[in-house]
Amino acid sequence: MSFYPLIAEYAASLPDARFAEFTGEDVRRAMERTTPTAEDFMALISPAGLPLLEEMAQKATRLTARYFGRTISLFTPLYLSNFCTNHCVYCGFNCRNDIHRSMLTLDQVDAEGAAIAATGLKHLLILTGDATAKAGVDYLEECTGVLNKHFPSVSIEVFAMTEEEYARLVRAGVDGLTMFQETYNEALYAILHPKGPKRDFRFRLDAPERGCRAGMRVVNVGALLGLDQWRRDALFTGLHASYLMDRYPEVDIAVSLPRMRPHAGEYQPASVVSDRELVQLMLALRIFLPRLGITISTREAPGFRENIMPLGVTRMSAGVSTAVGGHSDTATDDKDVGQFEISDGRSVDEMCAVIKAQGFQPVFKDWEPIFGARGAA
Amino acid sequence: MSEDILEIGGRGIASRLFTGTGKYGDDSLIPGVCEASGSEVITVALRRVDLNAGTENVMDHIPGHMQLLPNTSGARTADEAVRIARLARAMGCGDWIKIEVISDSRYLLPDGYETAKATEILAKEGFVVLPYINADLYVARSLADAGAAAVMPLGAPIGTNRGLKTREMIRILIEEIDLPIVVDAGIGRPSEACEAMEMGADAVLVNTAIATASDPIRMAGAFGRAVRAGRAAYLAGPGATRRHADASSPLTGFLGAV
Repeated sequence: MSFYPLIAEYAASLPDARFAEFTGEDVRRAMERTTPTAEDFMALISPAGLPLLEEMAQKATRLTARYFGRTISLFTPLYLSNFCTNHCVYCGFNCRNDIHRSMLTLDQVDAEGAAIAATGLKHLLILTGDATAKAGVDYLEECTGVLNKHFPSVSIEVFAMTEEEYARLVRAGVDGLTMFQETYNEALYAILHPKGPKRDFRFRLDAPERGCRAGMRVVNVGALLGLDQWRRDALFTGLHASYLMDRYPEVDIAVSLPRMRPHAGEYQPASVVSDRELVQLMLALRIFLPRLGITISTREAPGFRENIMPLGVTRMSAGVSTAVGGHSDTATDDKDVGQFEISDGRSVDEMCAVIKAQGFQPVFKDWEPIFGARGAA
Repeated sequence: MSEDILEIGGRGIASRLFTGTGKYGDDSLIPGVCEASGSEVITVALRRVDLNAGTENVMDHIPGHMQLLPNTSGARTADEAVRIARLARAMGCGDWIKIEVISDSRYLLPDGYETAKATEILAKEGFVVLPYINADLYVARSLADAGAAAVMPLGAPIGTNRGLKTREMIRILIEEIDLPIVVDAGIGRPSEACEAMEMGADAVLVNTAIATASDPIRMAGAFGRAVRAGRAAYLAGPGATRRHADASSPLTGFLGAV
C-alpha cells in the first residue's frame, strides 16, 4: 500500500490550469455535499472559492465546534539536535549552512523538559536534523525515556524511518509522528534535495503510512507551502490525509499548513500563499475532512493566529524556540540559530490568555500514557 | 415526581439528564451547566484529567455532589479500555465507568465486540459499567449478560447533533433490555431529548449540544426541562398513536356489533 501511485496518477493529469476551471457553483455544490469528494476539495481550494470565503467559514466553524468543541490543544517543539546531513536548499539547518551545530545530552534534555513542563505544557514535539550517526533512533529512544517523566505525550518530527524503527519508538513511549513531505512534486523534490538521505522521495512519502502501521496514535502530514505552486501541494496534502484516514481509521490524522518564511539559506519561495489563501485552504480542509486535526505553528503572526482560531484550528504551538537548547539556561549555547524565524514568540501564559479571550479553552492534556504499548508494561 | 428515581449501580438518580465536560470554551461554565440542567451525572474523559496540573484541571470545575462517570475516550481495544478504567479508579475517580471503544476516527462509531469484552472484565472487578454502543439488540443482550449496569445506545454518531437517527432500534432496546437505557450521542436539540424520554428511554446524555451552544448554561436549562417533560409524558402514558385515520365506513361494519 502506498499513496505514491495515487499521487502519480493525479500529477500526470493535473495542469495548473485545472484549478482555474472551477466555478462558484462548483464550490457551493462542494460545500453542500455530505461527503465531499477529491474533486470537491479541488473546487474548494480553487480561485473560485476565494469570493465565497465567508460562506465556507460559516460552515467550517460549525463543523469544527461540533467535532472538536471550543478548544485549542497546545504543544511546543523541543529541538534536540541540529546536526544534519541533508542539503535541503530552503532549510536553515542545511548541512552547508555555516551555523553552530549542537546536540543535547540527556541531562540537558531533562533540563529542557523540566523548563517546558514548568509552563504547564503536557504535549511535546521533539525534533532533530537528519544525522542518524549522531542523533538516531537509539538517541531518540533515550530522550523519550527522559521526557516521558515530564510529558504524557511525546511526538517526533525527525528523519524518515522504517516501520520497525517507528515501532521501537512507539514502544519507548512516542505516540505521535509529524512528517512533512515538503513538496509532493517529485521533480521539484529532487531539485530541492540534491544530496543526503532525504533525497528518497518515495521513502519519505510512505513514512506517515509506516508510522500508522507501527502504532502511532496521531500522524501529522503537510507540505511546506510555497516550494511549489501552493494549490498543487495543498491538494496532495488533503488527499494524503484522506488516504491515511481511509486506511488507518484507528489513527488520528492531522495536517500542518506551514508557509515559507525567511531563513538562513538562500532559497526563497516559488509561490507566496496570502493570508486569504491560507484561510481558504484551512476552511477547505475542514469541509473536506471534518475530523481532521489542523495544526498552526508560530510561523504565523500573532494577530493572524488569533483570528483563525474559530475557523478550523485544533492545535497550536506556544512558547516556541526553534534553536537547540532554547528553553533552559543550562542547555543554551550562545548565538544558536533557529531552523526558521518564528513570528509569534508569545509565552504559554500569554497564548492561554489570548485563546481564552477568543472564547476558546486552551487544552494542555489530551492524552494519558496508559495508551499503547507502554501502558501494558 | 420526586419518587421517580432512576437507579444505577445502587445509586438513586433524580435527574435523567447526564452531561459531559468536553468541548467547552471555558470549563468554568461546567458548574453553571450542572445547576441549570439539574444533572447529577457527568462524564469526563480520563485522558483529559490531569491531577498534576499546575494550573487548571477539569476536575476542579465539577461540583462535589455530581456522580462522576469517567469515560475511556481514546481506547481502541477492550484491553485499553480496561486499563483506563483501572487507572480512573486508582486516581480516585470512583467505580463508575463509561466504556467507549472506538477505532474509527472518521465516524467515531463504537466497537460492540471490544466493548462487550471490556464490560465483562470490569463488571467482575466491581465497576459500575455503562457501555456506549450502537443501538444493536444483540450487543445490548451480550452487555446485559456481561454485567453492564445500563446500556448507552447512540442516537447518531458522536458530535453530529443529528438527533434520534436510530429511533426504531432504540425503541427495540427499550422494549427488550431489562437495564436502564441511556441514549448517548447525537442529540442536538432539547426536542430530541424530550422525544427519547417520551419513547421510554431511562435517561439521555448530552454534551456537544450544550457545550457548543452560544449560551451553554441556558441550553443546559432547556435540556433539563425537555428531559423532565419527556419523562412526565412517558409516565402519563400518551394516547396510542394510529398510523391511519379511523375509517368512516369500516370494512367490517356489516358484521354488526358483538
